[in-house]
Amino acid sequence: MATEILMPALSPTMEEGTLAKWLVKEGDSVKSGDILAEIETDKATMEFEAVDEGVIGKILIDEGTEGVKVNTAIAVLLEEGESADDIESAAAPASAPEEQEAPAPKAAPAQAKAPDAPKADTSPDWPEGTEMVSTTVREALRDAMAEEMRSDEDVYLMGEEVAEYQGAYKISQGLLDEFGAKRVIDTPITEHGFAGIGVGAAFGGLRPIVEFMTWNFGMQAIDQIINSAAKTLYMSGGQMGCPIVFRGPNGAAARVGAQHSQDYAAWYAQIPGLKVVQPYSAACAKGLLKQAIRDPNPVVFLENEILYGRSFEVPKMDDFTIPFGKAKIWREGSDVTIVSFGIGMTYALEAADKLAEDGISAEVIDLRTLRPLDYDTVIASVMKTNRCVTVEEGWPVASIGNHISASLMERAFDYLDAPVINCTGKDVPMPYAANLEKLALTSVDEVLDAVRQVTYR
Amino acid sequence: MAARKSTKKPNVSADELKTFYRDMLLIRRFEEKAGQLYGMGLIGGFCHLYIGQEAVVVGLEAAAEEGDKRITTYRDHGHMLACGMDPNGVMAELTGREGGYSRGKGGSMHMFSKEKHFYGGHGIVGANVPLGAGLAFADKYNENGRVTFTYFGDGAANQGQVYETFNMAALWQLPVIFVIENNQYAMGTSQKRSTSSPDIYTRGEAFGIPGEAVDGMDVLAVKEAGDKAVAHCRSGKGPYILEIKTYRYRGHSMSDPAKYRTREEVQKMRDEKDAIEHVRDLLLSGNHATEDSLKAIDKEIKEIVNASAEFAKESPVPGADELWTDIYADAAPQNA
Repeated sequence: MATEILMPALSPTMEEGTLAKWLVKEGDSVKSGDILAEIETDKATMEFEAVDEGVIGKILIDEGTEGVKVNTAIAVLLEEGESADDIESAAAPASAPEEQEAPAPKAAPAQAKAPDAPKADTSPDWPEGTEMVSTTVREALRDAMAEEMRSDEDVYLMGEEVAEYQGAYKISQGLLDEFGAKRVIDTPITEHGFAGIGVGAAFGGLRPIVEFMTWNFGMQAIDQIINSAAKTLYMSGGQMGCPIVFRGPNGAAARVGAQHSQDYAAWYAQIPGLKVVQPYSAACAKGLLKQAIRDPNPVVFLENEILYGRSFEVPKMDDFTIPFGKAKIWREGSDVTIVSFGIGMTYALEAADKLAEDGISAEVIDLRTLRPLDYDTVIASVMKTNRCVTVEEGWPVASIGNHISASLMERAFDYLDAPVINCTGKDVPMPYAANLEKLALTSVDEVLDAVRQVTYR
Repeated sequence: MAARKSTKKPNVSADELKTFYRDMLLIRRFEEKAGQLYGMGLIGGFCHLYIGQEAVVVGLEAAAEEGDKRITTYRDHGHMLACGMDPNGVMAELTGREGGYSRGKGGSMHMFSKEKHFYGGHGIVGANVPLGAGLAFADKYNENGRVTFTYFGDGAANQGQVYETFNMAALWQLPVIFVIENNQYAMGTSQKRSTSSPDIYTRGEAFGIPGEAVDGMDVLAVKEAGDKAVAHCRSGKGPYILEIKTYRYRGHSMSDPAKYRTREEVQKMRDEKDAIEHVRDLLLSGNHATEDSLKAIDKEIKEIVNASAEFAKESPVPGADELWTDIYADAAPQNA
């Protein structure tokens, strides 16, 4: 049966074009791959090839014709043995259907809607009466990895200096001795490459823990973290999961300058497909890292060098994990809610102590995980205190505090008695000089000022 | 070193030749149909056709065993068909329908099949190379004797992460075959204009990775080189590089003005070097097949491809609920 040759779309956006030149004439035999015509789009002139073999029966659009719409019949192709008389029966190949509209989703979770009443989960992280042991954040992280490596053979650790050096910040101390070189692997200094190898190993069924000596160097690997780790489950229609933990110290350390001092919390918190954790205390570091290693998704685990040596009480339990998406209220209060995470908590808690001396009762919330984020705990608190200050070391533009502020506006607007204030790092690269570095970070004084502003005291 | 050619009298059975012919023809006809559907607006976005390069994947798949893995970049339709993925599922993914391998959420560049050990379909040039080494890392960790075919192009061969990966793959003796499909053009930039040394297969020398150039228009030469590379990897000697010299007849993607090479150059390759014609000649001149028996194969392939196009048109668009699924492996969509 004769078929119509249609004006092709030659780019994702082409709607019409000029039929610049015919390279065949009526009566010519063509086979697949032969150039039929040159077609001009707004971007370029392109050659248009035959798909089927046959004889050009009739040319319907003359060369030089402008504004030929995509899917217009431009010629008729005859099969072997047909004559031009058969043209009347030419059947157009089915052209693109009308845009099919799928039914609207039942619920679009991220869209604004009537504010839901918050349901804050205030259950304790461990049973009352549990024996507590003073532990540094450093030890807690090591213990978390060791426990998970003992219970799952597929878990392994790779990164720079994690094995023989025992960790650049001694987080992996003792792990090589216990688990051997097969499972505790020193890599060359090649973040982009080994992050990609880790992601591939996760596709292949292992559960890698990839340590970045710091997250600043992890920026070399950000394409693998976002494009390969975070998106593949979605792009594969759910087939190809990526259970991996990327971890290491994040944010400013001390006097290491601009390239080694950056907080990536807001960057990674934006990415659907990732989970993002930033613990403050040793107990949270342990419980959340164990949870991260078990999670079937890629987890970005943001630690802090200054907190590594700090000691906290950690529950002595056989298996202690903390679920993601559950903030922790460190201090209850009634006058203002201070929301923070990671090292920001040091400013928040110290400010709350000072505020108490002045008779201001601050509730201090540690978000702990930034994705998923525990909106309900924050909103329930602000509905009680009617005021909110956020604290983080990252830059001010598109910060976590900005996002909290926007969420409060959407879900608790009528409860706010003052604008939310975001205490953040300054909008500058980190300077080296000690005095300037101090100015570039946020501070307890800034938190105090912000609280006084929102409480009008 | 000149690209390796198979000898005049190939040590290959008639059945094997017929399989090569059939598998290569399936890819070519499938891609022609995809080009046609693109022209009709049924396929959108980027669509990179494999026409001309068919011998590469068909020859290497003949060297693979069950359980071996493969991963590639965005010119991936041929790899999927060659490893046995269903043409219906591939075509329906191209049209963005529910029946596609990724239920319409991946598109031309992002398809996967756990069942066939096909790990994508990746859109960032060079990024699949460490991923392939990572798959091989997992195989070595599990001591399962599998190898991973990691395909990339002459363009990707200039990406830094490729060399980071060569270093670690050699250091850790990973069972990975780096397959460089050198079709001579990185998008529109010829190898001459983009690459300081033309012999890409020698780029592993600094890491101690053996490599060789192969005539990628000769499926028998590709199979022979693949056998050698697989034996090397499987015996625990670490990675191997195959630079397969091939040629793409079509543009880089559908929207390619084709101004960077002459029509004569393309036509000369089609006329003189075509991989499918080569096998067809071997079948006919060796009296392994008749014109009629090959016509029957052509007809069978045409039916498969037409059926895939019909399936891809008929399959419904994904439900709007699909927008919110497969973001996390463990949970319903979150309010993040």
